[in-house]
Amino acid sequence: MSAALVQRVRSPRALGWTAGWVVAILLPSVLSEGQESTATFVVIGAIGAVGLGVLTGYAGQISLGHAFFLGVGAYTGAVLGANHHWNAIFWIPAAGLVAALCGLIIAPTALRLRGLYLAIVTIGVLFIGQDIFLNSSSWTGGPEGREFPIVHFSSSLDFAYGNTLNIGGYTIDHNGLYYYLGLIILAISLLFVWNLSRTRMGRAMQAVRERELAASVMGIDLARTKIAAFVVSSFFAGICGALYGSFLSFAQPGDWDLTLSIQYLAAIIIGGMGTVMGPVLGAFVVFGLADVIKTLSFVSQNGSGGISPNDFSSMVYGVLIIGFLVVEPRGLMGLGARFTSRPRRRGGGATLDPRREGRQFAPD
Amino acid sequence: MTKFWQLAFEGFSLGCVYALIALGFTVIYRSSAVINFAQGSMLLIAAYLISWLTVNEGVPFFVSMLISIAMLAAAAVGFQAAVLRRVRRMLEQPIFTVVMITIGLSITLTAAVDAIWGPQQRLLGDPWGSSAVHAAGVVFNWDKLWAIIFVAVIVAGFYAFDRYSRYGLATRATAADEEAALAVGIPVMRIHALAWGVAGSLAVVAGLFLAGFPNSPNPALGNSALLAFPAIILGGLESPLGAVVGGIVIGLVQLLTQGYEPGWLGNNFYEVAPYVVMIIVLLIRPYGLFGARPVERL
Repeated sequence: MSAALVQRVRSPRALGWTAGWVVAILLPSVLSEGQESTATFVVIGAIGAVGLGVLTGYAGQISLGHAFFLGVGAYTGAVLGANHHWNAIFWIPAAGLVAALCGLIIAPTALRLRGLYLAIVTIGVLFIGQDIFLNSSSWTGGPEGREFPIVHFSSSLDFAYGNTLNIGGYTIDHNGLYYYLGLIILAISLLFVWNLSRTRMGRAMQAVRERELAASVMGIDLARTKIAAFVVSSFFAGICGALYGSFLSFAQPGDWDLTLSIQYLAAIIIGGMGTVMGPVLGAFVVFGLADVIKTLSFVSQNGSGGISPNDFSSMVYGVLIIGFLVVEPRGLMGLGARFTSRPRRRGGGATLDPRREGRQFAPD
Repeated sequence: MTKFWQLAFEGFSLGCVYALIALGFTVIYRSSAVINFAQGSMLLIAAYLISWLTVNEGVPFFVSMLISIAMLAAAAVGFQAAVLRRVRRMLEQPIFTVVMITIGLSITLTAAVDAIWGPQQRLLGDPWGSSAVHAAGVVFNWDKLWAIIFVAVIVAGFYAFDRYSRYGLATRATAADEEAALAVGIPVMRIHALAWGVAGSLAVVAGLFLAGFPNSPNPALGNSALLAFPAIILGGLESPLGAVVGGIVIGLVQLLTQGYEPGWLGNNFYEVAPYVVMIIVLLIRPYGLFGARPVERL
């Protein structure tokens, strides 16, 4: 091994990554069935959060319409997988592509607008989308909802209940199969975003986030950059939606609502905007919290007496959003950086301007 | 034709309530360029607070309204002072952050309402209930008439305050140019706090009428408040006049599409018609009917 490589492997960052993946891979073997199901929702949610991280975290465009793209992905998967009996290896990517196409159609409308107007229009898109879902009964089952197809690759790799996969004496059940599929797709998504953030397009997105006017003066094509961010974000949302629908197995048009969109936004804020891993950590907090909270004594178990787990977790992540934005705008990733990074300047030299520091969302 | 007038009356009344919500958004946006996504949840809390004070505690209705206005205004000013002021001092361009904070606030408040009062419907406890005046075949519900009267009085008061008081002038100056306002000695932070207080009070009155007959205080009120977004977009974010006009237009659009819904648009199209109008308006006039196109400076 070359010295440079050794140094890279020894860096706390690489160690953290490796440890994270090892834990993620071994996790299902120590979890109960219920916890494993929550872990699967976290991993699937993380894919969507990574997507929103591109649009909001990197390109700085607030979108409250993420749930609509999740819905598009889920229904594409359902129509192709259940109605037309496609193999999952085709309907999962197709779900992403159709959602990306919807993003491509909507983006130019959104592009005429700046900043907060966009956030409001995406709410409009969400509600109009919900109305379309409600009225397209042949695809979505109308207000009663519909069933979603179970992932099926081949007769030996079928995710249906009761089926298991044996690898070297290690048995993976229904939840586990979804968990690992989600984990693989999440890993690919992270790799993609990690690379994207260092390309010309990724840097253009960050420039647009920091200051739109300055970016355009520097020759960045604002329209192209924003459309690209929108399309990438919708693609991941579509994939996430398809897996989410499939794992839920049943959903109604009303499930793709503003609350869901806000959960994704909460995930990226809590995790850390403009970072690759932030959305994953945020998804862990937002989608995993209700399950952890259930174990607290003052939380009701069955809806009677005490506060409901969903309400309490909503309050917790609502307060976390406010707390992080006030104290550490880079979210959990920023907190981590505070503990792991060594002071770069010694002696009585210039210190970092705290105002500037607060605004540095960019991955370092 | 009776049907049309009935719908127009109800739409106008609903539009007045939207105008009030929209005014709440505009007041804050004008002073600090922030859209307060928590306006809907503030309204939700207000409706439950009035209902709780009146129905459970036996406080006279108008007294509980005044108490709620005082509490919401104080809470909003407190939030601005305790949280938002810190963020604004810390960051250079804090708008994105502040908007996200209001989303966080909205999540917390909505969940808190659900946790405190539960999901079941309640009575508002308003004195007029379902009573109505019948004239020329149209049913004028007192609830809706009062909404129009209240909103007219509030809008007139708002206009007078904005136009003739020192603080109104200071608010307009801050809206025009915050740095210049600071330079001439306007207490900009106090102006922002004032805007939050006004928005909180407006939310109470809006919540009161949104939860009135035939509706009731229920968790979905926060979402119906989002229908004020098309109103502010229609009017332009920073224009109070635009908020009022936009609100009334959206109310009329919603009720008239509900009444004359063509079948081919599917069920419940009226719920999204305001958003469709909003998107069309934005495509034609990106800054609304009364909004100012911002001048960019490097």
